[in-house]
Amino acid sequence: MKSVHLRLTVNGEERELLFHGYKTLLEVLREELGLTGTKHGCELGECGACTVLLDGAPVLSCLVLGLECEGRSVQTIEGLARGPELHPLQAAFTDFGGSQCGYCTPGVIMAAKALLERNPQPTAQEIKEATAGNLCRCTGYNQIVEAIEDAAAKLRAEAK
Amino acid sequence: MKKKLDVVGKARRRVDGRAKVTGALRFADDLSMPRMLHAKLLRSPHPHAVVEQVKTEKAAKHPGVHLVLTGKDFPIPFGIMPVSVDEYPLARERVRYVGDPVAAVIARDEQTALAAAELIEVSYRVLPPVGSPQEGLQRPEPRIHDYGEQGNIHRNQAYEFGDVAEALGNSDLVFEDLYFYEGNTHLPMEQQASLAFLDQDGKLQISSSTQNPHYLHRQLARVLQVPEARIRVLATPNGGAFGGKCDPGGHEFVVGKAALLLGRPVKIGLTREEVFYVHRGRHPVLMKMRTGVTKDGMLTGMHLQTLLDGGGYGSHGPASTFYTGVLTPVTYHYPRFKFEACRVFTNKPACGPKRGHGTPQPRFGQEVQLDRIAEQLGIDPAELRLKNLMKANSLTASWLRVGSIGLEECIRKVTGMSGWKERRGKLGRGRGLGLACSTYMCGAGVAIYWNKMPHSGVQVLLDRSGSVIVYCGATEIGQGSDDVLAAVVAETLGVGTDVVRVVSGDTGITPVDLGSYSSRVTIMAGNAAVQAAERLRASLAGAVSETLGTLPDRVVFSQGKVYAAEDPSRAMSFVEAVAIAEAALGTLSAVGSYSPPKPPGKYKGSGVGPSPAYSFTACVVETQVDERTGWIHVPRIWIAHDIGRALNPTLARGQVVGGVYMGLGEALMEEQAFRRLPERLSGALVHRGPSMLDYKSLTSLDMPEVEVALIEDPDPNCPYGAKEVGQGPLLPVMPALANAIYDAVGVRIDEIPITPDKVLRALDSKEKRVGPQTFPAVPYPQPVFVLPPWEGGDGKEVKRDAAPAVV
Repeated sequence: MKSVHLRLTVNGEERELLFHGYKTLLEVLREELGLTGTKHGCELGECGACTVLLDGAPVLSCLVLGLECEGRSVQTIEGLARGPELHPLQAAFTDFGGSQCGYCTPGVIMAAKALLERNPQPTAQEIKEATAGNLCRCTGYNQIVEAIEDAAAKLRAEAK
Repeated sequence: MKKKLDVVGKARRRVDGRAKVTGALRFADDLSMPRMLHAKLLRSPHPHAVVEQVKTEKAAKHPGVHLVLTGKDFPIPFGIMPVSVDEYPLARERVRYVGDPVAAVIARDEQTALAAAELIEVSYRVLPPVGSPQEGLQRPEPRIHDYGEQGNIHRNQAYEFGDVAEALGNSDLVFEDLYFYEGNTHLPMEQQASLAFLDQDGKLQISSSTQNPHYLHRQLARVLQVPEARIRVLATPNGGAFGGKCDPGGHEFVVGKAALLLGRPVKIGLTREEVFYVHRGRHPVLMKMRTGVTKDGMLTGMHLQTLLDGGGYGSHGPASTFYTGVLTPVTYHYPRFKFEACRVFTNKPACGPKRGHGTPQPRFGQEVQLDRIAEQLGIDPAELRLKNLMKANSLTASWLRVGSIGLEECIRKVTGMSGWKERRGKLGRGRGLGLACSTYMCGAGVAIYWNKMPHSGVQVLLDRSGSVIVYCGATEIGQGSDDVLAAVVAETLGVGTDVVRVVSGDTGITPVDLGSYSSRVTIMAGNAAVQAAERLRASLAGAVSETLGTLPDRVVFSQGKVYAAEDPSRAMSFVEAVAIAEAALGTLSAVGSYSPPKPPGKYKGSGVGPSPAYSFTACVVETQVDERTGWIHVPRIWIAHDIGRALNPTLARGQVVGGVYMGLGEALMEEQAFRRLPERLSGALVHRGPSMLDYKSLTSLDMPEVEVALIEDPDPNCPYGAKEVGQGPLLPVMPALANAIYDAVGVRIDEIPITPDKVLRALDSKEKRVGPQTFPAVPYPQPVFVLPPWEGGDGKEVKRDAAPAVV
């Protein structure tokens, strides 16, 4: 199988790689770049576990080909923390019980990050809508919504 | 020396919290090794067939293929229960469901393995499939297995505690109802994955998404014929499990065998479709309940019959069969109780344990029937339940010892929070409230295989750095078992959880714990951990008492300090105390063990159901039903759970809401259902939709607000009084919804799931009901007859004739 060349930005760092062109962005991240923080629950675009930000917009990385990402910018859960400090979304997810087994967590956090970037003060309903594509089997979602509300408040306070 | 609690009961970030939100936590499929190969399984397209020949030559020659395995490579069967060892890692002579693994390819990458698997030629001789337990009873031949009770009956059992026919005969009213609960599956977000390799010493090591590394360890040794001491199983953090990762899976043996044969790391990750086939989920159960009551609403007895659709293999089935009966009489006092249960093999993925294991089905029937009884007798459903509550520290008719019971407070709490008295029946047409209650075990009283050893072991190690290391075989499946261990050890030693490191779920270095199932970790591993920590605390107290100028039992350990109770200024840090003790006593370590108390029942089968403690739950569901479309909206749920004590309230509430979520999903939409293809397309039984799109589950938009009350009355059998919370809160949701729908629109939906089409059908029907119409003739055996404690019984079986006449 012929390898293809790709240059993209991942979590602010430029990366260049050779890989098999059939691979999805999910596989490029996990297998070529070792960024296993992005999870997979179906690889069919049904569960939301593999959500990452592509040029700031949430995408299901299992439905994006790596080749589509030439010259583009990808953000994953690994790039979220501020050095040793957790991002307010990360802190809130664990402090409010928004993360139990943790498997859906990276995807939900990335979806939430995209939401808060375009809407810093979402209602509970808007939070539910923005994360409706992210299945979680543990939490029952209540604490996820609470975590995102808390992070939104902290981020608004920071922005002031 | 007693002190107030510093860690327990305080909301706290869980010890593994940071790793989960940074992407640092490594699940099984996140692992990779140099020279790692990849495995793929070839699965049966037929629900029932004889495997006549498997030709692997073409696949083996495919470039990049290292090994092809078939049933011939696995002569030894496995099975989680010693009485149901009926499954091969790769099918040998027979396949028993669509998806039964037949062969495996190990290749340089997944693509190659997949391509090569298609080159394997399997000749099948198709057999007629059994699609339901009714069909299995009618058609004993061909048998799906050559063991079991008879024909296609896997397990068949009957128990009677006191003369139930007489009790029902003497009742003012007898209610007879049929209920059906469709199967559903766990749907953990993480698909199963395993990585096996030979370590530096040539020992087999396998990292796997399993809830039960200990049982997997035993089964690997058996199937692969490798001594247990040369196998190390690491349970990776599970990305959700809910019972679905309890059974060993064919894929785990395949990568183990391949690693042994090739000497290279071999990984497998199942696809979502495969996870639906591995299943081991909720059994579909048909139930018949006959319950007697007096005019004033006192229960006199129950006769419960269940029929389970087991799927193609035994799995936990013998236990599941028991569980469709044994916990029924734990919430209310039934003077007499009889249950008959039958599990039939069918050609579908094997059913097994899912959150609540075998008990949600009869609980649904029981709690819906109580609603009907209350209505008929003109008693408030909450009052009827309160009247019949089990008493604390008492025995059931079936000889289960029930200790603390917080159910009364749970009922009072949820009726209060929901405005039950003021609002029920007054919300207007289309809106309603429903109540239901439940109970669950805090750990199964008997291990899956017979042995006299502890159910849980913990080792705690201290050193002069002040760090505390807790070793335990318990498995973190997302529920917070590592956090439980850290919390109780930290509390006991008077330190923060930040200095505690938990090493868990690793058969190579942690003491045996039976696993994360039956809601046993908090109680069993927790008690073992407390014992180990108490032993260490006693050593430390003895070593430092002289320095502190007090007696050892007057030394207090709290918040990183060690001090004299009578004068807290005579103090030192925990680190200093450890250093003094290490100098005086040598290396500091202690172990703790836990074995549950012996159950009082002495009859054969009395080992299923006993538990050191039971949790209790009450739930009120509010619903709005659109009578034109049948659409069911659930705006709000109130739930109170008798938890004994919440070790970490954030996590406890998460378990409650998560349980409600899963219960509501089962109640409204989740179905592991099958359909028969048309005859021209083989007539095979196929899964209706082995994908997350077709298998409907609740999203954030469907989930109501859940108001949670944790009822805390510490149980003396539990560590710091903490009972289970992982499974119980799921159980009352389904019947509470059914009862709410009746309150809203006056129809009884006597089967789960309750879908809009069923509501419409019930509204259109004469009897205003949808549910099963008939219960087949099941050849239940003669019941094991045991007299209830209050009828002079001693917990042993008595011959029916020898039973003294009841006055």
